[in-house]
Amino acid sequence: MPGHANVGWIDILVILIYLMATGYLGYLGWKGTRTASDFLLAGRGAHPVIMAISYGATFISTSAIVGFGGVAGLFGMSLLWLTFLNIGVGIFIAFVVLGEPTRRIGHHLGAHTFPELLGRRYQSKGIQVFAGILLCLFMPLYIAAVMTGGSVFAASQFGVDFEVALLIFSLLTAAYVIPGGLKAVMYTDTLQGVIMILGMGYLLWFTYDSLGGVTQAHQTLTGMANLVPGPLQEMGHRGWTAMPEFGWGAKNYELWWTVVTAIILGVGIGVLAQPQLIVRFMTVRSRRELDRAVPAGAVFILLMVGTPYVVGSLTNAWYAGNGPLLHGRVVKEIDATQGRVLVELVKEAPSGRWEAIPNPKTGKPSVAPLIVAERQPAVDARGQAFERVSGRSVAVVYARGQADQIVPRFITTALPRWFGLLFFLTLMSAAMSTLSSQFHTLGTAAGRDLWEQFAGGGRDGQPSLLVMRLAILVGLLVSVTLAFMVRDEYVIARFTAIFFGLCAATFMPAYIGGLFSKRITRAGALASMLVGLFTSLFWLLFIKEREAGAIGLVKRFADGKSSLAADALNWPSVDPIVVALPLSLATLILVSALTRPLDGAHLDRCFPERRG
Amino acid sequence: MLGIDDPLIWLAYVGCVLVALLSVGYGLVRRNRAPDKLTREDRAWARVEKKVEDEI
Repeated sequence: MPGHANVGWIDILVILIYLMATGYLGYLGWKGTRTASDFLLAGRGAHPVIMAISYGATFISTSAIVGFGGVAGLFGMSLLWLTFLNIGVGIFIAFVVLGEPTRRIGHHLGAHTFPELLGRRYQSKGIQVFAGILLCLFMPLYIAAVMTGGSVFAASQFGVDFEVALLIFSLLTAAYVIPGGLKAVMYTDTLQGVIMILGMGYLLWFTYDSLGGVTQAHQTLTGMANLVPGPLQEMGHRGWTAMPEFGWGAKNYELWWTVVTAIILGVGIGVLAQPQLIVRFMTVRSRRELDRAVPAGAVFILLMVGTPYVVGSLTNAWYAGNGPLLHGRVVKEIDATQGRVLVELVKEAPSGRWEAIPNPKTGKPSVAPLIVAERQPAVDARGQAFERVSGRSVAVVYARGQADQIVPRFITTALPRWFGLLFFLTLMSAAMSTLSSQFHTLGTAAGRDLWEQFAGGGRDGQPSLLVMRLAILVGLLVSVTLAFMVRDEYVIARFTAIFFGLCAATFMPAYIGGLFSKRITRAGALASMLVGLFTSLFWLLFIKEREAGAIGLVKRFADGKSSLAADALNWPSVDPIVVALPLSLATLILVSALTRPLDGAHLDRCFPERRG
Repeated sequence: MLGIDDPLIWLAYVGCVLVALLSVGYGLVRRNRAPDKLTREDRAWARVEKKVEDEI
């Protein structure tokens, strides 16, 4: 934990100016033509670049930058496939294939939330309520990931404890979203997007420049494959510029299944079923506006997620050449000609002797790969002489095994302090633009999709403001509690992947089927959603080792094991989306084939262009 | 190439840039092709949306 707070008056002043600028733009949003619906009412569209950056700022959060950037620092550039999907699927397919049908059907049916879109498309309050409950229950998981990302960095940048940073971040979030930040003011999103572009652009340039350019930086990283820590090697890690080992039925294939199914597929495909992004398509004026937003959206996402994944991986090369010196006792030679060894890390005690640094998880001495810089005689805690080697290691060693710490520590160690402040504003921007849409989705799900359906509406049939505000407050408290309680390895990426995977398996077949096919029935959609949700939950509770082990329910049924499939290698690493999404899709098709389609008049309302 | 030996990582790296370029090209080619008509239904939808937003 940080030793002392490191917050100067310039830090406070810059943050205050940022908050005031955001607040001022938000205030303008109340007064003039600033939101997407204002533009629609005024009979014109928002500038496509503004629309694209606004969408991108909502899409990208601290979760991608800190969480997934840290995972790239741990697992390497295989995460670039996620960037590929973020652009190819999250922007291109989403805008080109799904955007216009969503906008059209949403407007035909007068839907204003994602659950309402599904409910009206299938003429089912049950579907709307089911989707609303799911969002209320699981959105806090994603919110917790976003808040953890911001807080981890704030703790590192300003030298405060994580808990203090989380408390301040929560108060800032509450101050932002409760009085009016929920209104998707496009200029606020754009300001936040521009700050994100500046921050990430400089970070990318600095990292490549400090490592001698693009090719040199990659070559250095490629040459470090033999420095991958042992536990990661056992999982199939073959270096930071190599895909993990692929296969089935052995421990050394675990990493491939984790990276590809949970991180790349879960998040890369899951983005298509993100309610807070889908509703954005309904606020667009026309197909032409969607087409025009594709270029700016793609370039924005390339910079926003490409940068942290590349920089996250390259932190290993930077630390290996420039990191603070670590000290240790040689356990094994890795490559004598390159001066690479495996050491037990040691630190100097007040007595002048060198004692082992225990691993916080196992209590045994911490072991790390080291590029040797110097060798000196030393005396250990028992008074015995040994050769102390000093040198540099890889990012995860400096982050003390916490992937979520890799990007924050790199920023505070490698970059100038002024950039740390700019990066903090970048993260604030990324967090606030995403949080506002998350809380908007949570609030409207509680007010419009649940309260109105159960209670028959608030005053005059309008969504109850009180219920929405209450839901947002409860959501904030639950999210903060989750962020406070769960601090494990790469929790930011895992929480995000769980939420994206749940949304994909539950919503995607019914949502996409409903956009394109008249033949999908109400029963088919509901059955598909139920199968998607419960398969995912079953997998998370009983099969997926990390989640099932952490929740602990499975231990009661499986003799203390952390997965029902603990003996079937690789199954416990497979993400629920691999099983739940195909099952959900098959259910949609099968049940729709066996049940009666919705009535023709309703389908004509949904698809007036295909009438007759 | 680019200092990356594994072709799958190299492909991902280059693929990210290519798919972004493809998106830019698509946007430029389709710039004025799709219709851009605001219907009465769109306006009605926007009116309700604004009401919902203002209430929040």
